This record gives sequence, structure tokens and C-alpha cells, in this order.
Amino acid sequence: MSDKKNWPLWEIFVRSKNGLEHRHCGSLHATDAEMALENARDVYTRRNEGVSIWVVESKNITASNPEHNGELFEPAQDKVYRHPTFYDLPDEVKHM
Amino acid sequence: MKNENLYKYILGIADNSLILGQRLGELTGHGPTLETDIACTNISLDLFGQVRSYYQYAAKIAGDDRTEDDIAMLRKEREYLNVLLVEQPNTDFAYTIGRQFLFDVYHLAFLKELQKSTDLNLAAIANKSVKEVSYHERFSSDWVKRLGDGTEESNSKMQEAINDLWTYTDELFHQTEADKAMVKAGIGVDVTKLKDGYYKQVNELLEEAALKIPESKYFQKGGKEGIHTEHLGYLLSDLQYMQRTYPNMEW
Amino acid sequence: MSEEHIKNLEEQFEARIARDEKIEPKDWMPEKYRKTHIRQMSQHAHSEIVGMLPEGNWITRAPSLRRKVALLAKVQDEAGHGLYLYSATETLGISRDEMYEQLHTGKAKYSSIFNYPTITWADMGAIGWLVDGAAIINQVPLCNTSYGPYARAMIRVCKEESFHQRQGYEIMIKLANGTPEQKEMAQDALNRWWWPSLMMLGPTDDVSVHTEQSMKWKLKRKSNDDLRQQFIDQTVPQADLIGLTIPDPDLKWNEERGSYDFGEIDWDEFWQVVKGHGPMNKERMKARVGAWERGEWVRDAAMAYAEKNKNRKDKQAV
Ligand SMILES: [Fe+2]
Ligand SMILES: [Fe+2]
Ligand SMILES: [Fe+2]
Repeated sequence: MSDKKNWPLWEIFVRSKNGLEHRHCGSLHATDAEMALENARDVYTRRNEGVSIWVVESKNITASNPEHNGELFEPAQDKVYRHPTFYDLPDEVKHM
Repeated sequence: MKNENLYKYILGIADNSLILGQRLGELTGHGPTLETDIACTNISLDLFGQVRSYYQYAAKIAGDDRTEDDIAMLRKEREYLNVLLVEQPNTDFAYTIGRQFLFDVYHLAFLKELQKSTDLNLAAIANKSVKEVSYHERFSSDWVKRLGDGTEESNSKMQEAINDLWTYTDELFHQTEADKAMVKAGIGVDVTKLKDGYYKQVNELLEEAALKIPESKYFQKGGKEGIHTEHLGYLLSDLQYMQRTYPNMEW
Repeated sequence: MSEEHIKNLEEQFEARIARDEKIEPKDWMPEKYRKTHIRQMSQHAHSEIVGMLPEGNWITRAPSLRRKVALLAKVQDEAGHGLYLYSATETLGISRDEMYEQLHTGKAKYSSIFNYPTITWADMGAIGWLVDGAAIINQVPLCNTSYGPYARAMIRVCKEESFHQRQGYEIMIKLANGTPEQKEMAQDALNRWWWPSLMMLGPTDDVSVHTEQSMKWKLKRKSNDDLRQQFIDQTVPQADLIGLTIPDPDLKWNEERGSYDFGEIDWDEFWQVVKGHGPMNKERMKARVGAWERGEWVRDAAMAYAEKNKNRKDKQAV
């Protein structure tokens, strides 16, 4: 391969309708953010899939390391008191 | 035909989209990147969608048993009323983009006026198309900037395309007899009034794109009267191939 | 990493897949898993974009506007599929340009079916009906494959595929119910595309390599022969329904098996095409390489423009 610069990769997030969050739907190549938006519109919303698009250059995303999953996520597993089912209520109290 | 002028007027509009859509369709699968390939096909699909609405309406006006496909595919070369600009070939991507840009700027301004037509069918088609074409215009303008102000090579290619295509721009603002009659009836758009705005917008963008505005004052015309460049015949032989080889069949 | 440590990781890895857990890009994975996935996924992506060519061949000549927009949208979808799959493959540490390079130099393969010519309009019907039909059979199980990005891309692809086969079958219905000339055109297309479609599902199980490993990694859920049988059993009644004849004198319903028995596939032809000597191999590659090379100055220009623009903006900000 030459020393040529290739079009960078972008991650695309689409909001399918107002009220819902943007969801990652895939990636594509573009030279800059404007082109990434245009390409995303043409590639990922051809079937009416979206009302709003976010684009982020892939290299700007920092991801957690799966090797640290134990220390990152397992400690939350036994904190059952964060969930409503942890608390006992008399049966008469129907909604709380 | 009772509404001969209206019929011809609709064809004049629709044929532009038909021929340009056909040209873009040639590129599907051959674009410079997958992303641009998909984008150009989207434009082609928008244009064919418009074409179908126009021809279906024209068929109704004709009042006989002709269909959208008869109108699209069974006329003779001299009966196609598109401007010469849209039939120019995909010499390279600069020509494709240049042709698109020079047409889109006109097309958008035209549709904005057509939205005000007293013919409610045409106004409705224009209403729908104007959104599509706004996007086309943005797409092609952006690409003219990228190619014009990209590398030395792309600048010279883009310049060459603009220089060659420039000669077909003036025809956009010519009026046929049908045009004049339709303007008078409040149905058609007076294209002569779009000319100044068109060149202003085009020139500004060319400058922004580090391109020179062509100085040539020699223009070609004839498409609107059915007198085309040699390119159209070949395009039509593809477009019409099935209908001509297997007449009177359904597909 | 010590050998033992790697062995340990590998065991854990296989156990995760066996538990139906997905593997994501940053997870540790055996080198072989990465390589196999790059090979299969890029091959799949290549098939999508080379597959645009035989059908693209008829866009300008589609017989009606309705058929034209449907075909355009279909071929465009295939470009999208290629794009989703290339992107998913890029998560394994290979760039799209490198994958193209492999395609263009013949190092990477693509589906052999696309090396047959599309010579009549009916071929658009036959391809949508048979080729997309066979592809769907191949692809649906992949929506559940072990590599997350591949599975997600396939879910998207399969959703979009659903109109492709209908589009093709509808073309065939129209032709089969049309004039004698049209019906003949449809039958001729079926005759030419039937056997290559069966071959498309891959060599027979006794000669097929990598199958066991692929099953474990859920790159494959059913064997080639099973998929082929499924395809035949599902397609024969569709041909019957529109009065077309499957070009196989040995085709017969087998009551006992509850499946169709079918004739011998010409595997010599298959291998000839796979090895690059099908009717259209050279043309297809020429078209792909040509588009790529003609596009080079365009891609460079767009990149240069973006950089200039960024510099201009940075300067303004100072
Ligand atoms: Fe596909
Ligand atoms: Fe596929
Ligand atoms: Fe498909």
C-alpha cells in the first residue's frame, strides 16, 4: 500500500424517531464530518430509518478494555439493594 | 389532444429527470467509492420517482390508453424534450458532478417556482421533489468544491468538465411555445427570470471551489425542440431496447 | 504469553461461544478465529459488490420504469451490504483498501455465481429468485453467528434482502404468464441459472474444508448439502406454480425422505469458475479494478480538500 491517506472510518448513530435515543447502526468512510453525515444519510436511512444522525470519527472513541471487565462490571452484580425488589413491603401496598 | 401545450410542458420537465436519471443509473456499481456509488443511485432513484409522477399525469391528460412507459420509452429521438446538458455522458466523475451541479442549481430554482403553479398536480409534484432536489444540489455543490479545491489534478479535471458543459447552460433559460403558453396560463415557470440568480449562484460556488468561470459566450441549444447531441440516440437505444424488441408486452 | 496461558484462553474462548455469547472486536480471540473471519467476511463483502455487476448490466435497459426503480434499489442495496460487511471486517484490523487489494489481485475470492453473464432481461428475474434465494438460505443462520459485528451486519442485510427475492420472482411470474416469447425467455434463464445456483451453496460435504471449525464458531450452522436440499425443496414448488420446468431430468420427489432427489452437479464446471476461468471472471475483475482506479483521483481530491478545509478552520480558530 502507498503512503496515501485513506478516507477515515466514522461510526454512525441514528435516532429512529423523536423520543428515542440515537443508536449505533454501523460505520462508513468519509473525508470529514460533513461528508460522513451525507454518506450516513444515503447509506443508513434509505428506508426511513431515521430523523437525526450523529457521526463520530472512529479513532475518537475510547473503549473500555474487556480484560478489565471483571473489576469494571462485576462489583455491581451484588449490589442488590439498588433494585426495588430488594425491599420488603406489606402486600397491601400495591404500587410503590 | 385538447391540452397539447400542457402535455408538452410536462414532458419537457420530466424528460430532464428521465435522461439524467438514466445517466446516473449507468454508474451504479462503478462509483469511486461505495459511499458515493450509493449516493448517486439515490439521486437517480429520486429522479425516476419524479419522472413517474409526471408521466402518469401526462398520460392522464393525453386521455388515450398510453402509459408512463409508452411515454418514457416509445418516442422517437426528436420527440424527447430534455435540455442538452442532462444527456451529456459520464466522461469521468468530474463530468458527472459538473453536469449534476449545473442542472441541480437550475432544477431547484425551477421547482421552487413550480410549487406556485395553478395546476395543483404539478404543484404537488414540485412540493415533493423540491426536498429531494435540495439534497441533490447540496451533494453536487459539495463535490464541485472537493474536486475543484482538492488536488491539482482534480482541479484541472473539474475545470475541464465545467468548461465543456458550460455551453449547455444557457439553454436552461430558453422558452418554447408551450412554455410561453403555460406561463401565460399561470401554470408554467418563467425560466427567463431564473437566469440571473442561476449564474450568480453558480459563479459564486465555482469561485469558492477555486475554479474559473468560463468566459465563452457561445452556447448550444436545441434539446427543448427535440434537436439533440449525438449522445442521446445511444442512450435511447438502451432505454428503449426492451420495448422496441418485444413490443406490446407487459413486464 | 506462555503456551499454557494461550491454551487456557482458547478454552475459555470456545466455552463462551458454546454458551452463545458474542465475541466483540476488542475481546481476546485466537489468531485463527480472526483470520478465518477476515477471510469469510471479506469474501462475503466482495460477493456483494461484484454481484452488483451482472444486475447493473440491465439497469439502463429495464423494460419499464417500475422495473427500473426496483432494480436500481436492489443493486444499490447490494452496495450497502458490501459496505456493512467491509465495515464489520474492519473491526478485525484490516482496512477496506487492503481488502480491495486482495480482491483485485485475485488473492480473495467471491461467489462464483457472479461470473456468469446476464444476457436477457429474464436473467434479472432468475438472479433475484434463485441467487438471492440461495443467498438468503446461506445468510439467515449468520444473523446468529458468534462474531458480534458480523451478526449485526447480517441482521441488517437479511432485513433488506427480503424484497430482493420477491422482486426477482415477480419478474419471473410476469414472464411466465406473458407471451410465448416471454415464457421462453423465463425458461431459458431458469435453465442457465439453476445449476450455478445449486453450486453457489458450496462443494459437497465430503470435500468441503473447514466445516467443523466453522460450525463451532457459528460461521456455518448447516452443511452445504443440507442447505442445497433446503433450497431445492423450497424452489421446485415455486417453479411449478408458474409453470416453469427445473432443468433436471433426475429431479423427483422422494416420499420417504420428504425431499427432492436431484441429478449430478457438474463440479468440474464449478472448480473451473472458482479457479478464475468462468465466462465472466476476467470482465468482472476488470470492471472492479477499473472503477477503483478511475476513482483514485476522486478519493485523493476529497481527502486533500478535507485537510485544506481543516487547516483553514484551525487557522481561523487561532
Ligand atoms: Fe446482498
Ligand atoms: Fe449476500
Ligand atoms: Fe440481494
